[in-house]
Amino acid sequence: MPAEPAAVPRIAMRAIRKAFPGVLALDGVDLALRPGEVHALLGENGAGKSTLIKILTGAVRRDSGEMWLDGQPIDPGSTGEAQAAGISTVFQEVNLIPTMSVTKNMALERAAGRFGMISWRKAREQARAKLARLGVDIDIERPLGSFSVAVQQLVAIARALEDNTRVLVLDEPTASLDAKETTALFSIMRELKARGIAVVFITHFLEQVYEVGDRITVLRNGRLVGTAAASDVSRPDLVSMMIGRELGEVERAFSEKDAMAAGPVRLSARGLGRKRVLEPFDLILRQGEVVGLAGLLGSGRTETAKMLFGAISADAGELTVMGTPTRNAAPRQSLRAGIAFCPEDRKAEGLVAELSVRENIMLSIQSKQGWLKRIPRRRQDELAREMIAALGIATPDAEKPVGQLSGGNQQKVVLARALASNPSVLLLDEPTRGIDVGAHAEIIKLIRKLCKDGLALLVASSELDELVAATDRVAVLRDRAKIGEISGEQITRDNIVRMIAGDDGRAD
Amino acid sequence: MINAKYLPLAATVTVFVALFLVGGMMYRNFLSTLVLGHILADNAFVIIAAIGATFVILSGGIDLSIGSMIGFVGVCMAVLDQAGWHPLASAALLLCFGILFGAMQGYLIDFCEIQPFIVTLAGLFLLRGACFMVSLDSVPIRHEFVQTFATTRIPLPGRGFLTSSAIVMLLSLAVAIFIAHFTRFGTNIYAIGGDKESARLMGVPIRRTTVMIYGLGGFYSALAGVIYALYTSSGYPLAGSTTELSAIAAVVLGGTLLTGGVGLVAGTVFGGMILGLISTLIIFHGSLNSAWIMISSGMLLFGFIVLHRFLVGSFDLRGSS
Repeated sequence: MPAEPAAVPRIAMRAIRKAFPGVLALDGVDLALRPGEVHALLGENGAGKSTLIKILTGAVRRDSGEMWLDGQPIDPGSTGEAQAAGISTVFQEVNLIPTMSVTKNMALERAAGRFGMISWRKAREQARAKLARLGVDIDIERPLGSFSVAVQQLVAIARALEDNTRVLVLDEPTASLDAKETTALFSIMRELKARGIAVVFITHFLEQVYEVGDRITVLRNGRLVGTAAASDVSRPDLVSMMIGRELGEVERAFSEKDAMAAGPVRLSARGLGRKRVLEPFDLILRQGEVVGLAGLLGSGRTETAKMLFGAISADAGELTVMGTPTRNAAPRQSLRAGIAFCPEDRKAEGLVAELSVRENIMLSIQSKQGWLKRIPRRRQDELAREMIAALGIATPDAEKPVGQLSGGNQQKVVLARALASNPSVLLLDEPTRGIDVGAHAEIIKLIRKLCKDGLALLVASSELDELVAATDRVAVLRDRAKIGEISGEQITRDNIVRMIAGDDGRAD
Repeated sequence: MINAKYLPLAATVTVFVALFLVGGMMYRNFLSTLVLGHILADNAFVIIAAIGATFVILSGGIDLSIGSMIGFVGVCMAVLDQAGWHPLASAALLLCFGILFGAMQGYLIDFCEIQPFIVTLAGLFLLRGACFMVSLDSVPIRHEFVQTFATTRIPLPGRGFLTSSAIVMLLSLAVAIFIAHFTRFGTNIYAIGGDKESARLMGVPIRRTTVMIYGLGGFYSALAGVIYALYTSSGYPLAGSTTELSAIAAVVLGGTLLTGGVGLVAGTVFGGMILGLISTLIIFHGSLNSAWIMISSGMLLFGFIVLHRFLVGSFDLRGSS
């Protein structure tokens, strides 16, 4: 390593706090970057990685806390200011303009020129020189969108790197790269490191963290879990740090679970998969059984649930619903066949915040009936009352807009809506995302109760304790492939963590 | 291989040339600089307005206030003429007004995060109402400068000539091409239209640029109003109605995507000329009524949009999932 851990860190962030309306995104987080290191920043969805990075790079202002760059206090108010100070960023999903040429993308707000004019000859020279430093040789006059994502990524990095760059932030740079492209990117990262640049590497691929990272910082729910040298943390420890144990108070109800015998098969997938989305997998859901989907962010949890529902179409394998094989299931057919799906992001995909509790519950039944057959108001009120009582939705009456309820109660409305159509299979994606611990336990109890009532359930969750508490069987996913299944007594945190971390002797 | 960027422009120019040749085969004397000069003169104000609209549309926005601006500038010039103002003085004043009005629209769009469609629709009503406040009738402009403007012309090879409105249009085009392709501001317009969020993260000042874009649009519509008033030597409160739609049509025919980010100012000029050529062809025919101008323009517009879908689809790699 060229640079010794210096007394003065390149970047020091201390007690950073940031609240967005309704969410405390960061709660007193510290981060220290040394010159010439690749620093991996890890955490599940909503852990606060992106917010921390946006604060570092000036895209978001912090509420409180302090920041130093090489010992000097800084407070960047825009990405431009941060850039000028030497902090460059490549945001997630290549944030460049695909419709513009490579030259123009590189020159945007960067090119030298007098009186607001741009000298394209100079801009082209600069673009070529910058790309050459990364060993990229492409036709810079072509629109950026016509190149592969890997090349676009390299252009974004080349653009971000100025002569004065001291910190480079790469937010999920490998998310859409293949193995070869990733290796190439890593050698560039090592080169930058050798130049003394502090590289922040955000990813959810653990192997990559160990391959290229020097130190690791883990965030969870807006808090710092810890920072350590990569060589000092084992994979299972790392997974543990990321997933945490918030659910200590939810006990695994073995006696109850053991009493239940799994019923007939409701849904079975055989070799179901889609290229670049999900490796082919087998999965069976039985009546009276809760199956969990475990895995880190990006492991394919949501995709698996959506594929079973038909929201993502498969290009391989087959799906058997209630004993009838279906090709190319679509959500409409799945609903008819009695499969209901509660999506992860209830705001964007699940609920209509402005409509009342009753109206939201009615949506799925009404769509099943067709729009012409109106459900009598009396029947609607009755059903809404039933659901509110059955799920314990805390609302003064059925006419309250859903947006005004708490997160836990909103989630119950999502469940109520799915249940109102009387499904026999219920697919839940992150049923406890963003709700408090009390409501959390209630939702899990509810899942068990539904299972007892004869539903087949699938629960995709990033919280291991939730899976341990609620499920009879757990399918474990890693890197968009199902890697195994455990059931009964085997379902423990440690077992799942070990499987996710890949300590089962399986070569990566 | 030809850069994909120029494909839509090539298509536009091809259609223009083809239509011109069709005219030449149908009518004697059609293939002349005389006809070309007339098309330029008659459509100069629409094309000037369309050049301004090109910037707005390139940024992913829309400006519906163009036609009303043309009417408003016209009546104001006429009324100021009666008050003894020199047309050039009133033109200068009204061009400043156009910039300010457009900039205000741009500020509202960005600051209040309202769709450009609604803001400029309000601008449309506001300015058209203002036309009637200024004058209810057509007002002539009698200053001798109008005569000078009408008789100043540059002869072309053949019997044709460039009128002063055509000259102003070509100068506007030159300025627009310079802004679009040789300034930071122009590059920022393309960036905002390509992907506004990315542009913000790349450091483009969104508010300032948006205000400038609509200010520039306001300038070009006011200039179109000045040219229209001088060309017709009058101000009429209903002048320019629906010109904004012709301008948008010219922009689209010229190969600019309504979603923003892709297009060329030069294309717009050809787009406007195609519209002019169609009406000229139908007027030459004599027996066809003017309904056919609209119908054939509509069909052509439709064909172009479909064509663009394919051209863009061929180099857009984003929608992969």
